[in-house]
Amino acid sequence: MRKTVAFAALVAFGQPALAQEIVAAVIRVDKPGPLPISRLDLMPDDLGFAGGTLGTADNATTGGFMGQTFTTLEVRATLETAEAEMQRLLDGGIRFIVTLADADTTVRLADMGGLVFNAADTSDRLRGVDCRANLLHTAPSDAMLTDALAQFLMWKRWDEWFLIEGSHPEDTALADAYRRAATKFGAKITETRTFEDTGGARRTDSGHVQVQAQMPAFTQRAAAHDIVIAADHAGVFADWLPFHTWDARPVAGSAGLTPVNWHPAHEAWGAMQWQSRFEKQALRPARDQDFQVWMALRSLGEAATRTNSTDPQVIEDYIRGDAFQLAAFKGQALSFRDWDGQLRQPILLASGNVVASVSPQPEYLHQTSQMDTLGIDRPETECNMEGR
Amino acid sequence: MRLLAILAFAAAPAHAEKIFVSNEKGNTITVLDGATHEILHTIEGMQRPRGITASPDGKFLYVCASDDNLVKVYDTASYEELPSLPSGPDPELFVLHPSGNPLYIANEDDNIVTVVDVNTRQVLAEVPVGVEPEGMGVHPDGSIVVNTSETTNMAHMIDTATYEIVANVLVDSRPRFAQYDSDGSHLYVSAEIGGTVSVIDTAKNEIVHKITFDVPGVLPEALQPVGVRLTPDDSKIYVALGPSNRVAVVNGETWEVEEYLLVGQRVWQLGFSPDSKFLYTTNGNSNDISIIDVATNEVVKSVPVGEQPWGVVAIQ
Repeated sequence: MRKTVAFAALVAFGQPALAQEIVAAVIRVDKPGPLPISRLDLMPDDLGFAGGTLGTADNATTGGFMGQTFTTLEVRATLETAEAEMQRLLDGGIRFIVTLADADTTVRLADMGGLVFNAADTSDRLRGVDCRANLLHTAPSDAMLTDALAQFLMWKRWDEWFLIEGSHPEDTALADAYRRAATKFGAKITETRTFEDTGGARRTDSGHVQVQAQMPAFTQRAAAHDIVIAADHAGVFADWLPFHTWDARPVAGSAGLTPVNWHPAHEAWGAMQWQSRFEKQALRPARDQDFQVWMALRSLGEAATRTNSTDPQVIEDYIRGDAFQLAAFKGQALSFRDWDGQLRQPILLASGNVVASVSPQPEYLHQTSQMDTLGIDRPETECNMEGR
Repeated sequence: MRLLAILAFAAAPAHAEKIFVSNEKGNTITVLDGATHEILHTIEGMQRPRGITASPDGKFLYVCASDDNLVKVYDTASYEELPSLPSGPDPELFVLHPSGNPLYIANEDDNIVTVVDVNTRQVLAEVPVGVEPEGMGVHPDGSIVVNTSETTNMAHMIDTATYEIVANVLVDSRPRFAQYDSDGSHLYVSAEIGGTVSVIDTAKNEIVHKITFDVPGVLPEALQPVGVRLTPDDSKIYVALGPSNRVAVVNGETWEVEEYLLVGQRVWQLGFSPDSKFLYTTNGNSNDISIIDVATNEVVKSVPVGEQPWGVVAIQ
């Protein structure tokens, strides 16, 4: 009685005679580094690639109705091999490249050609002074993440911040983003301290004994503040702050209430369906990079569907055009900012096991898109694509 | 059990109108008296009820219990739970064939439409469709059932005799709901993220018009069309606009929006009273339904129901 209709039979209707193929690649440039503070944050072996697999599968299902096929290559590289791998992809005629790399590597790869989607790095300079005309960003910028948190804190009237920044350059950049967000939304940074990374293992047996003594001392006698903001891109200390601060204050930023692009507990706006599909396939919860690779590949798929074309130039023009809309489980249509290539998107504020809020907060309005209250807006961009 | 059923039956006159509202978060169905709008009963014992419909004779209530992965069936007179129907995983919305059988169910997680015989409770077919199938509509003559897929962004026209897709129409982002007009010549498909309702000529399977929405002072991204219903004479199309808290009244001939009615928060789905004199809206974030007088387009009343009302159906 049960009848399963073969998929092949479905695609026969009104299809072009020849399947058109869209080929993309995801290149992940891993670099050696210390382990994260928590073993729960260890990097999954398929980080990012798993999101790519799902994006390709979603595109393929839709492509089945359009006579389009989607292929995505996965490339693992190191800082030393990244350029050679990129060259190999470009020589193979692959035009669409999704990168999971640091800021410097991303720029180096983008300068080699193709249309590059940055699905990992959040540096503001990559959208500002170091922007590239052929570089789009599905990863949010530090400015978007910090603005998202700042809006929520202002809504809470927690406007006096104790900023603790790490000692790595990317920590300073993130702290700068918080300083900018404070000025933009009217918060006051009442105290700033730098947590020096003195090296050594991030995790040791019974390491919490020392932490319990060190963190209160480190945060003692700070000027009056509503909340502690941690700017710890490098992941050195922030996870140890909650409950170890001298004053009984909540922690936000790199620990506590954290601005993120994706969270395994996010289920609003149909996100549950994405989580289910991802987890069924990858057998683990998704991370930001997985979602960001998925969005990059879905942008290609959406453009191919809407234009009914696999011509790379047609697809790129559509993605950059006014008609482009990416539905990505954030409750509104996402699109790329034409001034710096950044995907405008709402940011989740996660607290532990739940998504506590989503920014932009409804009270912050904007003349074009409310999402442009997050990050660097057109008048303030330092990106000059024409000049390159 | 029998005694309870009789008591419940006796409490409500046999021919009075009843409104059934699925409460997604409350895990309940609120049963309201259609005349007094008082709560007659609350049906419990399901997880995440969303899509809700009734058999043509009004005797049976079908509910997509999404987190139970089942379609629950209830006797509308006694509220007794009857044997469930298999639904495939995570059923969200469904539509009954005009004859009352079979039931066509969208399975969001599995990219399929499941066809279930409501009498034998057998799965008749599983039809592969696009990514995240959601909206379901059926042609008035029963020949075509349409499914909309939210990530593929298509309306898939499925032949109900062969279970094969005979046409795919690309619509705007995240199509949520599909509704035919009375003679089946036009199909209306709402796109939540795209912000439009596509009007599809079903003879050609082509979009002939896109209804757009604009409310002064409301962010365009908040105008998210979800539920769509047409009056029986096709003169008016009502479109629920989600987080804008409004229902648009669209002229059925010109496809121009004539009015925006302020209802409760995050208005999701719509359902007519059996005589089509009233339209009920489920307002997910204000935990109530709004009642619209169809003749005057006035919102005459709000009635509290359970937590996060999702869908509504009324029977005689």
